[in-house]
Amino acid sequence: MIDLALIPDGGLSWLDASGPVSNIVLSTRVRLARNLVGFPFAVRGNEEDRRRVLEQVDRVWQHAALSRGGMRFLVDDLEPADRLLLHERHLISKELASGAGHGGGRSHAAVYLAGPLGIMVNEEDHLRLQVFHSGFALGAAYADLERLDRALGAALPVAFHQEFGYLTACPTNAGTGLRASVLIHLPGLVLTKEIAKVLQGLSQVGLTFRGLYGEGSEVVGNFFQLSNQTTLGKSEEELLDHLGKIVRQVVTYEEQARQVLLRDAPTIIEDKVWRAYALLRYARSLSFEEAMNLLSGVRLGVGLNLIPQLSVYTLNKLLIYTQPAHLAALDVRAPKDQEQRAARAAYVRQVLEDEAARAG
Amino acid sequence: MVCDNCGEREAAIHLTQIVNNSVTTLHLCEQCAAEKGVETGASVAKFPLGDFLASLGKTGGGEQAEALPGVACPFCGGTLKDFRETGRLGCAVCYTTFEPHLRDLLRRLHGSSKHAGETYTGAPAPPAAAASAEAGTPEVGELRQQLRRAVEAENFELAAQLRDKLKVLE
Repeated sequence: MIDLALIPDGGLSWLDASGPVSNIVLSTRVRLARNLVGFPFAVRGNEEDRRRVLEQVDRVWQHAALSRGGMRFLVDDLEPADRLLLHERHLISKELASGAGHGGGRSHAAVYLAGPLGIMVNEEDHLRLQVFHSGFALGAAYADLERLDRALGAALPVAFHQEFGYLTACPTNAGTGLRASVLIHLPGLVLTKEIAKVLQGLSQVGLTFRGLYGEGSEVVGNFFQLSNQTTLGKSEEELLDHLGKIVRQVVTYEEQARQVLLRDAPTIIEDKVWRAYALLRYARSLSFEEAMNLLSGVRLGVGLNLIPQLSVYTLNKLLIYTQPAHLAALDVRAPKDQEQRAARAAYVRQVLEDEAARAG
Repeated sequence: MVCDNCGEREAAIHLTQIVNNSVTTLHLCEQCAAEKGVETGASVAKFPLGDFLASLGKTGGGEQAEALPGVACPFCGGTLKDFRETGRLGCAVCYTTFEPHLRDLLRRLHGSSKHAGETYTGAPAPPAAAASAEAGTPEVGELRQQLRRAVEAENFELAAQLRDKLKVLE
């Protein structure tokens, strides 16, 4: 059993809401897909190939200045519950968490964590470098990631093609291998029913949106992940710049929508956010989806200064720690659904009560 | 629907903007949209990977794919059929082995097949790259000769790399 509590900040330093516009943009994530020369991609590689890839990365990681104070986990060694926990923190992919890789079982997969930086080894690509920053911080996040990419690239032979750029298992990632995404909260646009137009507009400008857990996940609690769709034909800076411009626009639309709500329906909005707060504060059973929707309402209330004395950090923390694997970790035995709902409600009550006591 | 801008061509891009809380939708043809600097994912959205892979088996590229059942990647043994089934390539050499198909696919997916980002300059260069690095920046003529020798020796991987270099120089 590995103690995930030893991870500095739990790999969740972005929760502190210290970044720009962190009330609306919760976090910024950037990842780069890279593969090593001389080995089949992890999906086609055999156990020995994957072992040797991991060995190479290990050697470099041990001597990299960026890895100081960091940790490394072999996915094979992690309990299923711990894998889910890392997935809920967006530190490993769903595939690695479920242990069902494309090759049917993926040995020698590992995750390295150091501050805001992380590397997944032997996922779909040999290397998936990623970084998380609080708030809307594409430039700062990419600067961190670029340092990691350079450090690894200087020591490892990376598959690169003059015309196609960095080569990846799936051609949708080839070129820069860069996928940047922001986790953004858009209740104003949802309530004013403008969201469909905005989302439709995104696909017209080469961006895509996903739910809380990335590809194939549902949108809950009005949380969306906006990211670039293409990775080839534009430079990293152009891709980030384009995403940044559009996100800034979406943030402006969201702020305008909130002002419209406050102007045209102040009582309804005030009632909605306080009802959400009241339910979270006193409910005895909460499903994950209900908790997300109520947290969305409360978050809107905090953003509009309707609910004072509640920090964005607390809201971020509730978002992560009310997920199933996190609740299971608080409560040693794996709870049944009904017990889990009760445990979720109890946890939320406790956190909000503590916060109210501190503020009071 | 006709383009709002030129009033001639069919509108393909519908740009929705919210300005001062009022929603306006602009219908533009691809040409006017490009002129106005509206970047579109239209070419992307029209050709998602799944559709493209499915179409490989039917028309156009499909005939080529069918005509190449025996061609396997010399490094990983993967074929276009494997790629069609899994949506994943087997290794980096696959990109050279199936280069024409992939160039076409990359264009459809990304709107371009030409990498414009960071260039990998990393340390332990593969043998082919190391050879040309030692020779400094060889002239086009010299590269052409190397290319001819590589083709004669049936070293197609090296030949593809040399050809790419030539393209850049030319």
